[in-house]
Amino acid sequence: MPDVQSMVVEFVNKLRKRKIEGSQATAKYTVELLRSVISQHRVPHANQAAALIDAVKAVGEQLVAANPVELAVGNVVRRVLHIIREEDLSLTTAAMAGLDLLDASDDDDEDNCKGIGYPAMSAAVVAAARSTLRPPSLQTLLEGTPESATVPYTSSSGADSESKTADKSSITRKLKHDVIEGVNQLIHEIAGCHEQIAEQAIEHIHQNEVILTLGSSRTVLEFLCAAKEKKRSFRVFVAEGAPRYQGHLLAKELVARGLQTTVITDSAVFAMISRVNMVIIGAHAVMANGGVIGPVGVNMAALAAQKHAVPFVVLAGSHKLCPLYPHNPEVLLNELRSPSELLDFGEFSDCLDFGAGSGSPLLQVVNPTFDYVPPNLVSLFITDTGGHNPSYMYRLIADYYSADDLVM
Amino acid sequence: MVAQKKGGGARVSEDAEEQSRQRLQAILLADSFATKFRPVTLERPKVLLPIVNVPMIDYTLAWLESAGIEEVFVFCCAHSMQVIEYLENSEWYSHPNLVVRTIESHKSISAGDALRYMYEQQTETSQILGDFVLVSGDTVSNMPLADLIQEHRERKKKDEKAIMTMVIKKSKSSSLTHQSRLGTDQLFIAVDPLTKQLLHYEEDKIDLAKGSVCLEKSLLDGNPSVLLFNDIQDCYIDICSPEVLSLFEDNFDYQQLRRHFVKGVLVDDIMGYKIFTHEIHSSYAARIDNFRSYDTVSKDIIQRWTYPYVPDINFSGNRPLKLGRQGTYRACDAVQSRSADVGASTVIGYGTKIGNGDIILNSVIGNGCSIGSNVVIEGSYIWNNVTIEDGCEIRNAIVCDGVKIRAGAVLQPGVVLSFNVVVGRDFVVPAYSKVSLLQQPTTEDSDEELEYAESSSGAVDHSSGVNLQIESKASELGPDGAGYIWEVCEGAHDEEWKHSVAPIPKDKLAEITQAIDDDDTEDESVLPPSGELKSDADSINTDVNDPNDDYYYFEKEVEGTFLRAIDENIKVDLVTLEINSLRLSFNMESADCAGAVFYSMMKQAVDTPHNSASELYRNASSIMGKWKELLGFYVKKIDEQIEVIMKFEEMCQESPKELGPVFTQILHFLYEKDVLQEDAILRWAEEKAGADEADKVYLKQCEKFIQWLKEASEEEDEDDEEEDS
Repeated sequence: MPDVQSMVVEFVNKLRKRKIEGSQATAKYTVELLRSVISQHRVPHANQAAALIDAVKAVGEQLVAANPVELAVGNVVRRVLHIIREEDLSLTTAAMAGLDLLDASDDDDEDNCKGIGYPAMSAAVVAAARSTLRPPSLQTLLEGTPESATVPYTSSSGADSESKTADKSSITRKLKHDVIEGVNQLIHEIAGCHEQIAEQAIEHIHQNEVILTLGSSRTVLEFLCAAKEKKRSFRVFVAEGAPRYQGHLLAKELVARGLQTTVITDSAVFAMISRVNMVIIGAHAVMANGGVIGPVGVNMAALAAQKHAVPFVVLAGSHKLCPLYPHNPEVLLNELRSPSELLDFGEFSDCLDFGAGSGSPLLQVVNPTFDYVPPNLVSLFITDTGGHNPSYMYRLIADYYSADDLVM
Repeated sequence: MVAQKKGGGARVSEDAEEQSRQRLQAILLADSFATKFRPVTLERPKVLLPIVNVPMIDYTLAWLESAGIEEVFVFCCAHSMQVIEYLENSEWYSHPNLVVRTIESHKSISAGDALRYMYEQQTETSQILGDFVLVSGDTVSNMPLADLIQEHRERKKKDEKAIMTMVIKKSKSSSLTHQSRLGTDQLFIAVDPLTKQLLHYEEDKIDLAKGSVCLEKSLLDGNPSVLLFNDIQDCYIDICSPEVLSLFEDNFDYQQLRRHFVKGVLVDDIMGYKIFTHEIHSSYAARIDNFRSYDTVSKDIIQRWTYPYVPDINFSGNRPLKLGRQGTYRACDAVQSRSADVGASTVIGYGTKIGNGDIILNSVIGNGCSIGSNVVIEGSYIWNNVTIEDGCEIRNAIVCDGVKIRAGAVLQPGVVLSFNVVVGRDFVVPAYSKVSLLQQPTTEDSDEELEYAESSSGAVDHSSGVNLQIESKASELGPDGAGYIWEVCEGAHDEEWKHSVAPIPKDKLAEITQAIDDDDTEDESVLPPSGELKSDADSINTDVNDPNDDYYYFEKEVEGTFLRAIDENIKVDLVTLEINSLRLSFNMESADCAGAVFYSMMKQAVDTPHNSASELYRNASSIMGKWKELLGFYVKKIDEQIEVIMKFEEMCQESPKELGPVFTQILHFLYEKDVLQEDAILRWAEEKAGADEADKVYLKQCEKFIQWLKEASEEEDEDDEEEDS
């Protein structure tokens, strides 16, 4: 598959050179790439799911290594792995159900005691398998009980190998098909997350409110515009987001859409916060503990909001939910960019002359891209599935990811 | 001499021409054609030397690839085998977006030769078709190129003669040493502020004592205003049109890009080619030209000015390091003792072990090094697989691969240890010394600066050399050491500190400050910061052309004319005509003529053989008597007469013994012959009355004469009054 390989290399290159920015764009590229990896992967007869998982993992590792700070890549890879596992599980259980129905009709009279012991045992195995694959979540608890009752069989039964092989090829094709279907759904979900989140805007933004935001986020823009379209009138304060001044771009777009906009400096956030009704921020990533990684300066805004008891709302598409905790060693929380965004090299070049003095650089410039906001400062998360409390994040994450994939 | 082509060969098809118009190409010179990195470059080509643990060429290629260049011609000269082998094993040969072709030539000894060779190759296989980027393999940059190339192409479309765009960046140079932070001499350029056309380029030493720069007068004729810069750094990144190659072909004496080519193009009026500049602001670009810039660029990389080409990002197959607090980069498997102190801005490579009590500051340590305990490393660059034993002290040094430094040895600032050198126990390597296992080449070709060992295969060369030298000459670095300490080339010793990795020592700085202070007392003019120079009539006369210089030549010419007149006995009015035409061509005033003519006469008088002052007076009076009319023609006004007296005084001061005694006599003579009027003499006396005592010597000498003049005039006045009344 030379073309998939070259696509992977190209994407890795882009990630390395930091040419793709924004987690949504990255997530979209990643999931589309993984879809072509899956569709072009030749699946062996035995153990197709494992083969697919290995293929996706191999590509995923390269992508994550290329830009470890872009957590959305890892998230999407894990989501795809999860989809494969889920589809595999549902297929095998469905197949077993079919087989066992056959078995039951054949063996009913001859081997009674076996028939009785068998389902009981397999039900336990299924439950065990499920619990390892999926930590208990509200959804699984609600959905899971009836499902496991109706389909109490596992693939461990070694009887009737002849009838099984007949089914095998169709299962193979079906698995790949189902997985691709699932990935398509994920693509759809990522593409539509802005609208999903924006739909809820009307519930959160009220008439004559003042909203503060920082940095530039597509999600926030759509969210605010959705409220505006519903004839809510409100003001937006935009902190400019030094040193890259992405707030300026956001302000431009807001004005173009007809919103009342005020641009303030980042350092004026604390002074203005008392007039603000709500702070709305777009996240770079949401960690499993409910902490948020956002543009630099967000922590300051969150602390200011807490001081004045202003709600601090974070918008995040589900691809931004990261199953890792910020203290995990493989999590790289920040990226230091070039000092040239802060200072003009020419003006400061005499401060950087290492030929004089002791030769050690006296001037250091630090330009971090991100900030970490601890969960206790966040009032509400709005994802495409609705509003959530920070303490609920880990359960949401358990729905999206399997525990096996957390460490890749 | 075989041009190697790998990959992409099949891509050349019928529509290649169509594609190549859009295709972005670059020529990368993988040889600096200089000897500044010797002795290191005797064994390894400069482009493969690691900077912050990644070979320089990787920075250049990664940047070119990222900037959208699709095809790179790597021109290999010195150690070409090593460069080609490295590229073959790297990921660059199989890169999807970038086709890397290597071209090998051993004959080339300069950038000019390299481009001529490229040109010859090109006519055979038509490789370079459109505009291309010309860089050297030791460039570190992150600037975007696509827009700049577009800009260049559009300019080229409008103006056929715009053949090159040069990238410049603002960077202040030190006011003390007049050296840029990259260790190169201060650059002085003139640019048209509107079109950004380069008008003047001066990298050779500017006369710093005078603080002045000479510009062509014609520069100001065609341009309404000119911007002068002295705080610009040349990035050595050029966007060139194919004409550049043919220009090199036509002018076979062009060797260096800047000194010969750029100056040649600027001076050449016939072809009328133009070079333009492009200033970059937010992006970084620098060329590693000497050890000083090696140090500076390393620190810029560590401080992330070159983002995304920084150690914690995997940009070219390098293993990324982890960035910790205070800008320290550390490999995940580096072993560091708890008692070791690793300070800010330090890089530690893979598999490196750091012992107890080590102090490491502002340094880069490569892969697989082992460092003993209680070692001090400060501001140094330790490459791969270096062994440093206990208690060593290393300050501001470069230590190449495989070096062994035995216990207790000390490297003083500015030391460069080439590959596999062994420094003996407790040996102190003196400051600025360069140590190599290879002996210093004895026949130093000063004209042709080559980065070249006699044989091109450096690897074989040095492995055989190691054994020999360890046996024969081990004592230069202590009893258990191995290597030769190179002798510094004569004359360059004083300059050594300028280009070294070590910062400029305090005493040197103090020396320079002292020198500048001395200069200041004599001459207050310091080169002002960059600014706009408006062209109007005044500035042409006064600022640009040094008036003193011109006057000197004018005087010489007048003297020549006058001598000829005496020899050939030419008539006075013809001489006047000649001098007048000289006056016009030198743009002089008639007072200057008066001074010059008088000067010539006196000189003639002095040159005529004479024994005493009275004889000299006789000579002078006879000449002046004869040429009275000539002098009289120019001394019609009082100002001109004063000028003559001043000139005379000046001459007397220059040769007081000869002319001193006759000053009054000649003055009197001139007065009598009506060349000088009494008003002029009196005004001169008045002006001089306020001068220093030293200047008054001649005034005093002719005090009586002046007194007499004054009385005479008073009498006259009285007479007038009497007549009136």
